[in-house]
Amino acid sequence: MLLYNSMQQIVKVSQLTKQFNNLTAVNQLSFSVESGDVYGFLGQNGAGKSTTIRMLLTLITPTSGEISIFGYDLNKHRKEILQQIGAVIEKPDVYKYLSAYENLKLFAKLSGVKPTNKLLMDQLEMVGLASRAHDTVKTFSQGMKQRLGIGIALVHNPQLIILDEPTNGLDPQGIADIRNLILILSREMKKTVIVSSHLLNEIEQIATRILIIDKGQKLVEGSSAELFNDQQTILQISVANNESAIQTIQSSNWANNLLPERDGQIMVGLNKEDIPNFNRMLAASGVDIYSLQARHSLEDYFLQVTAGKQHVGTFTN
Amino acid sequence: MWEHLQIELYKVFKRPRTYLSFAAITALIGVIQLGLLVDGKEYADFVMADFANSFSVDGKILNGYFICYVILQLLLVHVPLLIALIAADMISGEANMGTLRILLTKPQSRTSIVMAKFIASVIYTLLLLIWIAIMGLFLSMLIFGTDDLFLMKSSYVVIVKESDVFWRYAGAFCFAALAMVTVAALGFFLSFFAENSIGPIVATMSVIIVCTILSTMNIPLFNLIKPYLFTTHMITWKEFFDFKVNDANEAIIGSIQYPDKIIRSATVLAVHIVLFVGSAVLLFRKKDILS
Repeated sequence: MLLYNSMQQIVKVSQLTKQFNNLTAVNQLSFSVESGDVYGFLGQNGAGKSTTIRMLLTLITPTSGEISIFGYDLNKHRKEILQQIGAVIEKPDVYKYLSAYENLKLFAKLSGVKPTNKLLMDQLEMVGLASRAHDTVKTFSQGMKQRLGIGIALVHNPQLIILDEPTNGLDPQGIADIRNLILILSREMKKTVIVSSHLLNEIEQIATRILIIDKGQKLVEGSSAELFNDQQTILQISVANNESAIQTIQSSNWANNLLPERDGQIMVGLNKEDIPNFNRMLAASGVDIYSLQARHSLEDYFLQVTAGKQHVGTFTN
Repeated sequence: MWEHLQIELYKVFKRPRTYLSFAAITALIGVIQLGLLVDGKEYADFVMADFANSFSVDGKILNGYFICYVILQLLLVHVPLLIALIAADMISGEANMGTLRILLTKPQSRTSIVMAKFIASVIYTLLLLIWIAIMGLFLSMLIFGTDDLFLMKSSYVVIVKESDVFWRYAGAFCFAALAMVTVAALGFFLSFFAENSIGPIVATMSVIIVCTILSTMNIPLFNLIKPYLFTTHMITWKEFFDFKVNDANEAIIGSIQYPDKIIRSATVLAVHIVLFVGSAVLLFRKKDILS
């Protein structure tokens, strides 16, 4: 059993690199996760999220770099560290010819837990599968399998929970259930959670800190409050003629603030205090403006950052 | 390790596929026994045709010991497929199901995981052979009775006294177990290179077929490698039924004509097992799990 200070960094990744032949999947990636964080891990498909998560779980050996978890080197203390980690990696595949109860019992044993009937049934109750405990998994829907996967990840009461796309295949109610579960794990049970998802609004609602990576490199790391600094605004502009408006912006001092169009809307990244001047410039140039809307969602921010228009770097608390 | 082995055995014997092999063995042996029970006399006459003018045989040629020998000759060619069904699926099947990555995020060493899986394959293989012994030997003894074992070799006839047969079967089954564990080790090793079960199962059978052809063809080039092929040694179980004779050309009870041949073959098979499993452990410890 590892002992660690509850205030310490739970995960510290330094200069992590993974190469597959000529492909560098993760490149000199460094980040840290603090105790109690719900750490949102974001990136486009192929950005290196899953490779990084698999390195944290010792499924993939890093080419170089260091990973310490609970203050211990992952290479040297693999077994002890994994006793304190629960994970769902992409699809929560389990043994389809076994029942939910049997799967949970089997993985509890492998996690070093004595699987009492009460423990197993409580766990199945928590993920809403108690009534199907003895049905074989092959009769389960994708959402039920996902919930069983989460039950398996939590059965040994780990301190760190790593969830890679935990809402995959879930219906809206299922997504909400997982979101609530993550919040309970973090706020009430004081667990640290690393969660990757392509559902940015889900991450936005639960993450206390966020890491965005692209092509294996860190683009941004910081707390949600820091990332959604309202001084950094994306302006969504609806006009009568997009082409002429874009030409006007490109020939102005704001050319570098222009972002790729989205859903037929012009997007511009601006500081809050620049918005009135920008508006006046458009109006003075004869652009017919229907609406100007400031957006602060994670999706906007993610698209802004991954489009390469902004490299924010690392925030510090 | 012990707990992990229990888990692996639990998984193996919870799968319906596992019992297909036992059902197949039961059906095959049942068919052979039924055929010999109904038309055994014609079969015995056919087998004895070349010797009919030279020998007058008292007693029961078609007894349980003889039936078991026939069954072993026929079945030990096909049993590798049934073993490959499980052994070659051990890692690749888990990769295919996606359970391998969950398994490896648990606080267990990779060596322990591999060894538990291999030992589970060995136990399955041994149980399959025990089942063949029960069905092929004991059931045949029950149905056809016992007598001296009459074996026709290419240029001579061997008659093993009834009192001298049983231990030879025990030895033959032990040797067959070693041969089949070699097949399990090969399937297990090949299962590291695929993420579905079919590939390693087909690959295992292909390797066995190719090596068996090389082992049986009498071509000088192949003769050089024959001693190193495990398939050359898989049929050495038959050596348990060749005995030494004294000056009066009488069988020496409890003897084996070429015990050194059995020891050499067993050593070659054991070396193959160590190589296959050792390579599997080394590969698995370094393997990136991308499934």
